[in-house]
Amino acid sequence: MVTVNGARYERTVEPRLLLSDFLRNELGLTGTHVGCEHGVCGACTVLLDGEAVRSCLMFAVQADGHAVTTVEGLTDGGGGPLHPLQAAFHEAHGLQCGFCTPGILMTLVPFLRDHPHPDEREIREALSGNLCRCTGYQNIVAAVRLASDGIPTPDR
Amino acid sequence: MESRRQIGERVRRTEDARLLTGRALFVDDVRLDGMLHVAFLRSQHAHARLTGVDATAARARPGVVAVYTAADLGDYWRPGPLLVPPPPIAGLVFNACTQVPLAKEKLRHVGEPMAMVVAESRYLAEDALDDIVVEAEPLPAVVDLEAALAKGAPRVHEHLPSNLAAHAVQRKGDYARAKQRAHTVIKRRFRYDRGASAAIENRAVAAQWDPRAEELTVWDTTQAPIPIRNGLAQLLGLLESQVRVVAPFVGGGFGPKIMMYYPEEVLVPWAAMKLGRPVKWTEDRQENFFATTQERGQIHDAEITLDQSGKILGVRDVFLHDTGAYDPYGLTVPINSQCTLLGPYEIPNYESEFTAVFTNKTIVTPVRGAGRQHGVFVIERLLDFAAKELGIDRAEIRRRNLLRRDQFPFNNEILFQDSAPLTYDSGDYEPALDQALELIDYHRFVREEQPRLRTAGRHVGIGIVCYVEGTGIGPYEGARVTVEPGGRVRLATGVGTQGQGHFTAFAQIVAEVLGVDVADVHVITGDTREFHWGTGTFASRGAVVAGSACQAAALRVREKILELASHELEASKADLVLAGGSVHVRGDPGAGITLGALAVKANPLRGAVRPGTEPGLEATAYFGPDRGSTASGVHAMLVEVDPETAQVEIRRYVVVHDCGRVINPMIVDGQIHGGVAHGIGNAFYEQLVYDEDGQLLNASFMDYLLPTATDVPRVETAHRETPSPLNPMGAKGVGEAGAIPTGALFAQAVEDALGRTGLEICEIPLSPSRLFELIEEAR
Repeated sequence: MVTVNGARYERTVEPRLLLSDFLRNELGLTGTHVGCEHGVCGACTVLLDGEAVRSCLMFAVQADGHAVTTVEGLTDGGGGPLHPLQAAFHEAHGLQCGFCTPGILMTLVPFLRDHPHPDEREIREALSGNLCRCTGYQNIVAAVRLASDGIPTPDR
Repeated sequence: MESRRQIGERVRRTEDARLLTGRALFVDDVRLDGMLHVAFLRSQHAHARLTGVDATAARARPGVVAVYTAADLGDYWRPGPLLVPPPPIAGLVFNACTQVPLAKEKLRHVGEPMAMVVAESRYLAEDALDDIVVEAEPLPAVVDLEAALAKGAPRVHEHLPSNLAAHAVQRKGDYARAKQRAHTVIKRRFRYDRGASAAIENRAVAAQWDPRAEELTVWDTTQAPIPIRNGLAQLLGLLESQVRVVAPFVGGGFGPKIMMYYPEEVLVPWAAMKLGRPVKWTEDRQENFFATTQERGQIHDAEITLDQSGKILGVRDVFLHDTGAYDPYGLTVPINSQCTLLGPYEIPNYESEFTAVFTNKTIVTPVRGAGRQHGVFVIERLLDFAAKELGIDRAEIRRRNLLRRDQFPFNNEILFQDSAPLTYDSGDYEPALDQALELIDYHRFVREEQPRLRTAGRHVGIGIVCYVEGTGIGPYEGARVTVEPGGRVRLATGVGTQGQGHFTAFAQIVAEVLGVDVADVHVITGDTREFHWGTGTFASRGAVVAGSACQAAALRVREKILELASHELEASKADLVLAGGSVHVRGDPGAGITLGALAVKANPLRGAVRPGTEPGLEATAYFGPDRGSTASGVHAMLVEVDPETAQVEIRRYVVVHDCGRVINPMIVDGQIHGGVAHGIGNAFYEQLVYDEDGQLLNASFMDYLLPTATDVPRVETAHRETPSPLNPMGAKGVGEAGAIPTGALFAQAVEDALGRTGLEICEIPLSPSRLFELIEEAR
């Protein structure tokens, strides 16, 4: 039993089935992309109980009893309004072909939760586990800064 | 009010929402009832005689539906076509040896497919690969370019007398005579090794045969859906209209997603028809390192002769080019190297000779830059060494040789890859050089900051390089513009898109002509059912060639709108204004008619029309330039090198770029950022390392290093706009620009930072360890 984007699913799967393949092929959540299947490119990143993980490095059975969030979960199944981070990517031209983008968004969502006002070095460190061949990362960094500008600074 | 200006604006992309939310369709997302999955058995040998492929056990495995070897293909087995025939260069030797769908008798590179397994799941298909028994006798591999041409070397293609794939000489002026007048002659050997395109999306093909409609639909990560459709129709004996090829969203192209054909591209549709079920194959990353085409791998012996003032008298370059196991892409890459070496400079005498060589390595085809970076590396490094020898500043020696504004169009007297003479259409190079020098504060750095920091023991350096890029070549592209009765505009064009922002840039062009919002222009690309004439996305030509066709089609629709509206509004066409999705009479914005209402009137259901009337507000137009337009630029970089670890930190990176009229500066900036990152990867991180047996040693992202966010600097860009006279918009291409001069720049800046006598960087890619070796050698 696994909860994905708030919905509960109960399936019997082969032990060797990757979580990435389960999400894409069993649940039809094809927003999670597969780029290398050896844990380097980060395109398949999803949240497991709120933390970023590589769905190509996990078996689906390891997600048993856990909550998974995919990129579709950021917009209520893909149809809702854009998440502020997605809006910032649009505004700052933080994507080109868009293939690596879902994984980058799912890496950055918990990062911004934990570091609401990062500096450029912190942003680049946070991004260093995701490969993008199109953007040179510059506008992704700009998008993160833009998104973090929209996060209120808590009163101290 | 006249139509609002859209071209030149930083319009946010209309395709983003689909991509950001995970809704965008990529080929691997295609899921169909009853779909079967494919895995390929690939050669482990770089070079071997193939004596048997026994798939009996694999066929018997539960879940396996079919296994095909070369023998099972029958008449369908045939070598691919020559995708790009070479230009008519006098005395040219060219041996065409094109790839085959499945290897028969001989294995010519690691990763060449030998058998195709079709099963109920990809997991089962991969299981069955282990059941196939291959008999092969390994042969000595052809790896090194020079050894490949030695007498008695093993031959990749045994029907040829040697591994020579091509030989070409192009000449301008008389180099030998120029050399007699030389004050200084500099000669060096340069090496530029292979890299991968490494699009984050691997290749994929899915196909479905509909026996009722007798139609084949193929989803393909190709950059050229229309030629693939035409080719498949011919191979499968279907009408072109029976085959629909869709290149939906494609996760990065960079060149290798154009081929005619990849084996998988001809086999997956064939299997779908034969089995009567949808079939899909998706490449995995390891396969991508062996089976997707690669670029680079040249050795240049180059010589420059100059007068005392640093003016170039001539250049002679002799180089070897590694074409890999087959050469379906003709000579595009080495001819780009040959032509781009001339750069933005006046080189009155030029002699360039290359030999393309077959090796037991993956096929070489264009990758972002497509050989241009090799030419730039050679000329820029020669100028650096000449500057040092003559005691002239590096920027100054470039300035003395730049073509002047009044020399355009400038005929270089040799042939370009598109078979047209290499004639630069327009350019204004010196102001770009000045702007780059100013932006990076070159003179102050060289005079003040560098000496001060050097005294403090720091190794800081600066580099500045100039380049040109032949872009926007023919033959042609087309577009169809339709105003729908609802008032929205549909734009269909044949080129596919791999992240270049075509949905937005093409919409801007049409929106400006028709006076509508960009958001109201619905763009369809890369679906042969929607538009079936065209060639593809390559050579930085999308915006130039397809963009011009979009504009031409929109202008025809505008004319139809004016014609009809002038009748409806009883006003002369000259008094009509298109704005806000309506037409009105100038000075009376209240009394107008919407484009949607006009579209309805243009398609009457009853009554008579004037003879010759075409229905609807729709037009199709084509554009083909006489030849490519030449973009240009200057890149400058500040680096600091740690001589102990050989780590290089890029402190600043400046790009002054001229791609003619800019359609969307935001998109152009993005293209340059990505190109520079690719170039930095090629310069310092990425190298495909083959051993002497032709085995690729680093076929994973753990071992083949793509630059990450911590490796790529912020790129400062400035645009200059020298319009091209070759298309109505004045546009030039930009897709590859960022990646072209980076290697040359990196070498120059790092060498300058180390400031060590005897250290000359004549090779790319470097790496910290290779740079460390070079530093040690120079000690």
